[in-house]
Amino acid sequence: MKLQIHHRTQYDYDAPVGYALQKVRLRPQRSIMQEVVDWELRVDGGQVEASYQDHYGNHVDLVSAEIGVRQLVITAKGTVKTHDAAGVLGRVYGRAPLWHFVQPTPLTVADDKIKALSGIIRESDTVLNGMHALSSAVLRAVPYEVGQTQATTSAVEAVAIGKGVCQDHANIFIAAARAAAIPARYVSGYLMMDDRVDQDASHAWAEVHLEGLGWVGFDVSNGVSPDERYVRIATGRDAGDDAPISGFRMGASDESLVVSLQVQQ
Amino acid sequence: MCPAERSASGPGNRVALRARLVNMLSMSKGKTYFSEMTSDTGVRDPYQSYDAWFAQQDNARLAKKSEEAEVFFRSTGITFNVYGDEDAEERLIPFDLVPRIISGREWDKLSKGIDQRVRAINAFLHDIYNRQEILRAGVIPVDLIAQNDAFLPQMIDFSPPGDVYTHIVGTDIVRTGEDEFFVLEDNARTPSGVSYMLENRETMLQMFPELFSKIKVQRVSDYPKNLRKSLEASAPKNCEGRPFVVVLTPGIHNSAYYEHSFLADQMGVELVEGHDLRVVDGHIAMRTTRGYRKIDVIYRRVDDDFLDPLTFNPDSMLGVPGIMDVYRAGNITITNAPGTGVSDDKAIYSYMPEIVEFYTGEKALLKNVETYRCSEADSLKYVLDNLADLVVKEVHGSGGYGMLVGPTASKKEIAEFAEKLKAKPSNYIAQPTLSLSTVPIFTEAGLAPRHVDLRPFALVSPNGVEITPGGLTRVALKEGSLVVNSSQGGGTKDTWVLKE
Repeated sequence: MKLQIHHRTQYDYDAPVGYALQKVRLRPQRSIMQEVVDWELRVDGGQVEASYQDHYGNHVDLVSAEIGVRQLVITAKGTVKTHDAAGVLGRVYGRAPLWHFVQPTPLTVADDKIKALSGIIRESDTVLNGMHALSSAVLRAVPYEVGQTQATTSAVEAVAIGKGVCQDHANIFIAAARAAAIPARYVSGYLMMDDRVDQDASHAWAEVHLEGLGWVGFDVSNGVSPDERYVRIATGRDAGDDAPISGFRMGASDESLVVSLQVQQ
Repeated sequence: MCPAERSASGPGNRVALRARLVNMLSMSKGKTYFSEMTSDTGVRDPYQSYDAWFAQQDNARLAKKSEEAEVFFRSTGITFNVYGDEDAEERLIPFDLVPRIISGREWDKLSKGIDQRVRAINAFLHDIYNRQEILRAGVIPVDLIAQNDAFLPQMIDFSPPGDVYTHIVGTDIVRTGEDEFFVLEDNARTPSGVSYMLENRETMLQMFPELFSKIKVQRVSDYPKNLRKSLEASAPKNCEGRPFVVVLTPGIHNSAYYEHSFLADQMGVELVEGHDLRVVDGHIAMRTTRGYRKIDVIYRRVDDDFLDPLTFNPDSMLGVPGIMDVYRAGNITITNAPGTGVSDDKAIYSYMPEIVEFYTGEKALLKNVETYRCSEADSLKYVLDNLADLVVKEVHGSGGYGMLVGPTASKKEIAEFAEKLKAKPSNYIAQPTLSLSTVPIFTEAGLAPRHVDLRPFALVSPNGVEITPGGLTRVALKEGSLVVNSSQGGGTKDTWVLKE
């Protein structure tokens, strides 16, 4: 499937900006699931200062706002050819060791409730089936609902609230997998929802590392493993690790954020 | 009271004092310690010339010199604020005017051992952040890295110029016998105290110029020049022209601020704070009267966690946002590299002989102090049974904080510590109490033996390792005390390495 992506992030400042940086992870990379046909990161009202591969192999751009501007727009757009690999990314590894993905992070600590969810993995006949069962269990425990959680909500908090979005689902799933000593990581990317061109937001899901298979993806929110409608952008240990954009700004001026995202064939 | 009155010892009783010294040195609280100045047969070789000079001195004059030294230190502003005692007035680390003397032959052996050790530490750090061969080989348990607070995932899959992580190392060494030297700590993260090495020598040169014409002591005064050269040699590969070096300090409230400004001044480079710096055209740059100036090498004395609010602690006001991104993009060298503290962990220390052998293929030239890892059940049992005889330290601790010195601790203190130990065994290691060597200090009553350690400073760049002949000798001023840390009432001495 050939997916056209147009992802625009616009910052409006209520006063001319003095000094502002944005750390951007918005470049997809090649894998057995996707080929990047063309891709461009455009910055209006600023410039890319530095680009590099981070510790998880993500492509990072450090962007600065031009001094005195009132608007900064970061646009990631391009074409990605995707393949359905039944969610199996496989045995591809960066330098970050597997044990690193078993360690909890502040957003993915497992409390008793999450450990209880994790128990379903052991009750299944295979680990793979166990992971599918876990995915369903997480969605049952925390049905999808927008507006109940925030970007900084942890897995424990989301389970307590009992409602959440894809980010919360991924964090909880990861926390539960790690509680069973299974390496797990967070994936940010795009999903083409079949019924619309304008997507609400970037998507997120989880990958776990299973013996024999390697890394396998699970999209808890949609109850499936990623197929050809998905584009992987970045990975990390939790939602905080590989945020598509995180920033630093000096001064007391307020900013407002408008994001638009189109994913279509 | 004038200094002359305070220690009015005329030439008449000097001989008596020196005779008493020899007796005092061999025994302290019934335990025998190695005395660096004297042996059973008289004065040891490295101290011969100094001893001959000392015999000619007038105690009252020396006492006066001692007071002058304090005035000198106060006027230079070299003070020290004890951690954990924030309200306390900044105070001077006491300086003792009797030098600690090391022969050229002894130094040769020591410096070879240090060279080997810092090369191994750099190889270890590069391995830990890249292929992790030492973990795959099972030489070090994965948990020691996985549970290590100083391990920074953000350093994974990155190689700094020349694969150098620790550019400035301060190896803590103790001596227990004629040929018995042990490394106590490696201090690869942020060794401090080099300003004392330089100031102590400067003070001695001013007070006793005649001594230095009589005795051939190797120079330490090249350190700032060599530090700058070493930092410049560590610049990013794409740097053109002479690399621009700065020292980054957390600011005037930091306990080592004096050293930061001293080193910048001595090297002839700028001392900067985080708010002076910005990302400009892909580099970290410093604000100047003529706009922003690109920085190639930053000798930072800001801890990892505060270094970059965009990557680490977002609340940090001391750091430079974006510096980690510029670093990974290869446009600045950060010294010492972030994540270097992994090797300062005391549980990692216990594996240093294995680490040296793994990366150099040679046996470690310098010995480790025997170390019990409390994470291991057998060791924990032994440690709990023998707390009164052991020194127990936190694996991430430094500066003498949070440790138990069994032999001087009360029963209550030992019992309380045992509970902490049982609650989190992997947080502790234990070592036997070391019989630290003694060097005399000058007191009102004459010379008196006190325990010492030694922190030589090594500089590492892609061009190699350079070790300054000398170092910081710390001395426990309290009679019988084995704790030399300045935060625990220790003082310092000038350290002489003889030319031959």
